[in-house]
Amino acid sequence: MMKKIRNLIRSFTLSELLRGMRLTGRRFTSKKLTVRYPEEKTPQSPRFRGLHALRRYPSGEERCIGCKLCEAVCPALAITIDTEEREDGSRRTTRYDIDLFKCVYCGFCEEACPVDAIVETRVFEYSFFERGQQVMNKEMLLEVGAKHEAQIASDREVSVLDR
Amino acid sequence: MIDWWQSLVAPFPPLLLTMAYMLVFILVLFACVAYATLAERRVLGFMQVRLGPNRVGPRGLGQPIADALKLMFKEMILPHDADRFLFRTAPLLSMAPAIAAWAVIPFSEHLNFADINAGLLYILAMTSLGVYGVIVAGWASNSKYALLGSLRSAAQIVAYEIAMGFALVGVLMASGSLNLGDIVMEQQGSIFNWYWLPLFPLFLTYLIAGIAETNRAPFDVVEGESEIVAGFHVEYSGMGFAMFFLAEYANIILISALTALLFLGGWLSPLEGIVPASVFHLPVIGALLGSGAHWFVAKTCFFIFCFLWFRATFPRYRYDQIMRLGWKVLLPVTLVWIVVEGVFLYLQLPPWFD
Repeated sequence: MMKKIRNLIRSFTLSELLRGMRLTGRRFTSKKLTVRYPEEKTPQSPRFRGLHALRRYPSGEERCIGCKLCEAVCPALAITIDTEEREDGSRRTTRYDIDLFKCVYCGFCEEACPVDAIVETRVFEYSFFERGQQVMNKEMLLEVGAKHEAQIASDREVSVLDR
Repeated sequence: MIDWWQSLVAPFPPLLLTMAYMLVFILVLFACVAYATLAERRVLGFMQVRLGPNRVGPRGLGQPIADALKLMFKEMILPHDADRFLFRTAPLLSMAPAIAAWAVIPFSEHLNFADINAGLLYILAMTSLGVYGVIVAGWASNSKYALLGSLRSAAQIVAYEIAMGFALVGVLMASGSLNLGDIVMEQQGSIFNWYWLPLFPLFLTYLIAGIAETNRAPFDVVEGESEIVAGFHVEYSGMGFAMFFLAEYANIILISALTALLFLGGWLSPLEGIVPASVFHLPVIGALLGSGAHWFVAKTCFFIFCFLWFRATFPRYRYDQIMRLGWKVLLPVTLVWIVVEGVFLYLQLPPWFD
């Protein structure tokens, strides 16, 4: 009986509704969480896995030795590699393709690589306008690597202890 | 200022003038309605700790224009086996009463289109007509979802119209008049003389019934997107959809304006009876603090904000809960308070009923 009366009073004073409105009213004036994207960006981890790149040694020699470990570990079968013996007797890739539509950005290729040749950079704002453009070949990957080498190198430096 | 204006328009025939005023007012109302949609999205966004649309124009102020343009250029699809005539008439049926009702709304003592004695009855009639748009739209669409939505709407509006009507009965008992201008003038004195205090239960009932009447959250089972997609306007696209959208916001503005008139003293200044009367005779501050249309607009805006606030806060009622609230809670509350008010009026009890 008492409980019934108490419930009646509680519902007729609208106290619960007012409490709810107080909450939303407080949120109305609080600082907004929205990130205004093109102007503002969320912070990235040094281990961010974005667009792929092939790296070179400071001497200019490409790192990749064509061991095909990345091709073997790739769960999405996105990597295709052909190799050949160069004049100096070393094994080098003649073809290194990554299909970005197949890629799941797991980062296994980077982990598998014994010479830190294939890496995933912080670049994530890219798009394709025609079918076929999503397959990155060796030249394109090396170009990405050359463009972002400073960032790539410093990121590996920071996160080397984790790996 | 008023004399100057009257001398300026004197050569024109009065009928032409009235029509020109109406046209201007309707355009202003449409702009308000358009910006009410933006206000809704922004306020909802803010209450959900995000920003809402802020890309088109400065602070997102171009958004309603962009939306309107988009909807205007979209195709209006006529569903298979739909009633062509009714399908096209329904949006007008829901839009027109929401605008027509403004004819009797007084903005200040002498600023209104029609000063008729049965203003309150006219308002009741017009707001009730709005439901036909919804019902006709649901029926003409030849769609199960639309029909279900309009049936829900019909039942809901019948239930809440009664509570709303009784709340209005309370107001007219207290004021002794059906003329909206007189009702406001009866509330003169101070903020404590406005009817929201002596008729507090009726004020709340009216507000709640008003929300239900406009099919707004938390009473929006009519649209209930999780159950019946979009209710009565599923089949509408392009400008037809835009008309329903505008009608909804026009109704919100109308109900807010009515609540301000009937319970919050319309154009009366809340400072009346608090600050000395000599303040109102000061040159600029006096006009700003004294009674006038600006207070009416401010009060209306407050209630519009409340509508958005409620939507951001309360989850949707279940259909049977809506019916229970309407018939078993709001209706008895109004009946009891009308009896109480009648006793007060008969005994001439101070401070409000003497």
